[in-house]
Amino acid sequence: MTDLPTTGAKKLGLVIDLDICVGCHACAVNCKEWNDGGHSAPLTDLDPYGKDVSGVWFNRVHSFEAGDHECGRTVHFPRSCLHCETPDCVTVCPTGASYKREEDGIVLVNPDTCIGCKLCSWACPYGAREFDEADGVMKKCTLCIDRIYNETLDEIDRVPACVSTCPVSARHFGDLGDPESKVSKLVAERGGYDLMPEMGYKPVNRYLPPRTPKRQGAAALKPSEQVEAKGFLAWLDRMLSR
Amino acid sequence: MHPAISIIFFTTASGAGYGLLVLLAWGALVGHLGSQTGFGIASFVVAIGLVGAGLLSSLGHLGHPERAWRALTQWRSSWLSREGVMAILTFLPALAFAWSWVVAGEVSKLAAALTIVGALVTTVCTAMIYASLKPIRAWRNPWTVPVYLTLGFYTGALLAALLLHVYGLRGPFVTFLIAVVGLVATALKIGYWMFLDGGRSASTAETATGLGSIGKVKMLDPPHTESNYLLKEMGYRVARKHARKLRLFVLLVGFGLPILLSFLAVQGSDAVAIAGSLLAVASGGLGVVVERWLFFAEARHTVTLYYGSSTA
Ligand code: SF4
Ligand code: SF4
Repeated sequence: MTDLPTTGAKKLGLVIDLDICVGCHACAVNCKEWNDGGHSAPLTDLDPYGKDVSGVWFNRVHSFEAGDHECGRTVHFPRSCLHCETPDCVTVCPTGASYKREEDGIVLVNPDTCIGCKLCSWACPYGAREFDEADGVMKKCTLCIDRIYNETLDEIDRVPACVSTCPVSARHFGDLGDPESKVSKLVAERGGYDLMPEMGYKPVNRYLPPRTPKRQGAAALKPSEQVEAKGFLAWLDRMLSR
Repeated sequence: MHPAISIIFFTTASGAGYGLLVLLAWGALVGHLGSQTGFGIASFVVAIGLVGAGLLSSLGHLGHPERAWRALTQWRSSWLSREGVMAILTFLPALAFAWSWVVAGEVSKLAAALTIVGALVTTVCTAMIYASLKPIRAWRNPWTVPVYLTLGFYTGALLAALLLHVYGLRGPFVTFLIAVVGLVATALKIGYWMFLDGGRSASTAETATGLGSIGKVKMLDPPHTESNYLLKEMGYRVARKHARKLRLFVLLVGFGLPILLSFLAVQGSDAVAIAGSLLAVASGGLGVVVERWLFFAEARHTVTLYYGSSTA
């Protein structure tokens, strides 16, 4: 049923720290690698060695510049499904293939019943759904449903592929429905926010804003002041400038 | 948004088919339809044919057409599903109405009334598929449903005039209707385009990234060097100067010329009447197809905010 479930208490999702993401694309690559053999496999690449390459990715890393001049900064911005609480990508689906799980809030597509009408991808404001032309069905981030509950993996590996691979730990996985969870505390502490809240989809995933630099504006760019050398350094300076 | 030929054909053809059905059933209800077997058969073949061809064409858009029946299951939440269910349900009264009129010789008013309701509700459902999509401001607005209804009715009336003339019948009322509905359509489209040009989505690159507190957000690097599904499907956009010309084309060729031709047609002999209304159908049809193409090509999706657009 594409009716939304009465929201369960558990809301699994990601918290992405924009302050420390270095834009290395490791999460996107590991996502592609894992999911190419995972729940929604394959993540088809069309014309992979040709001129017009185009492929399915669940996670794409954009780079933005926010602010101008000395206040401006570069922010690397990974974008994937936010597993929204009230997403229209689920309710617009005519077949019931697009659904939200009651037990943990994960939004999935059933590849056996999807007719490939693409409507859900139009209904997602965030561009989190990509149509696989070769398979004729819609594909999207599964929150690595085949890792996080996978008992054949070591416990430390039971997190989404993107989280396990991030070299700077900019990605965190957990239950955002539990205010006591590590991720919820992180969000509270750092002022984690929703993307496009005006759409009313109530994303579960949160983004942590870049921290404000200690010295801002023109001051941050000034060279440190010239200090008069004293004692041994003054003697050295005299010797060297002879 | 990418203007897919299959969807443009689906929405325009089924819209015209339902418009014609509404007119026929209306004519029956007010007692204007005599026992015109030839006209009756031809009208239903055209109307049901357009609706059917439109539905078949919409299947061409699917990745898995053989699973299309599944789309009838989620009518509780999905307008696409409701559209499918209503399209199929409407065939029942429409066929009963056709039978009662053409074969049995006595129009069933109940079937005619249900045909009108079914055709109108189905057209509203088609429009709501688009009008319900929050990320697309060009679609989610109060203009979409009236435009779909009016254009369906308008193209249906153009077809009705042609059919009447082919069967040697004259319907001054239909000509009058074409003019009135054509003018309403003109006003609606101008109003819609003013709405489109007069504002922007509440979402911006700043709200999409949440980085607005730092300052203006600009794209530095896209995620990949090559294009992708999102850009091809949602990033499609017609250049503004082409859009202006095409809008004018819709108003002149889609509405102005057919109204003029319809009036000229009824002044002349039977041959002139047929030729005039045939040209009116061709011209109006082309105009409405261009209108629907623009409806997609001018629509901007919020995902483009992640790919360098500052507004959507
Ligand atoms: S991010 Fe898009 S695909 Fe994911 S749940 Fe939200 S609306 Fe649906
Ligand atoms: S593409 Fe598949 S999952 Fe998406 S709305 Fe259509 S049937 Fe549902």
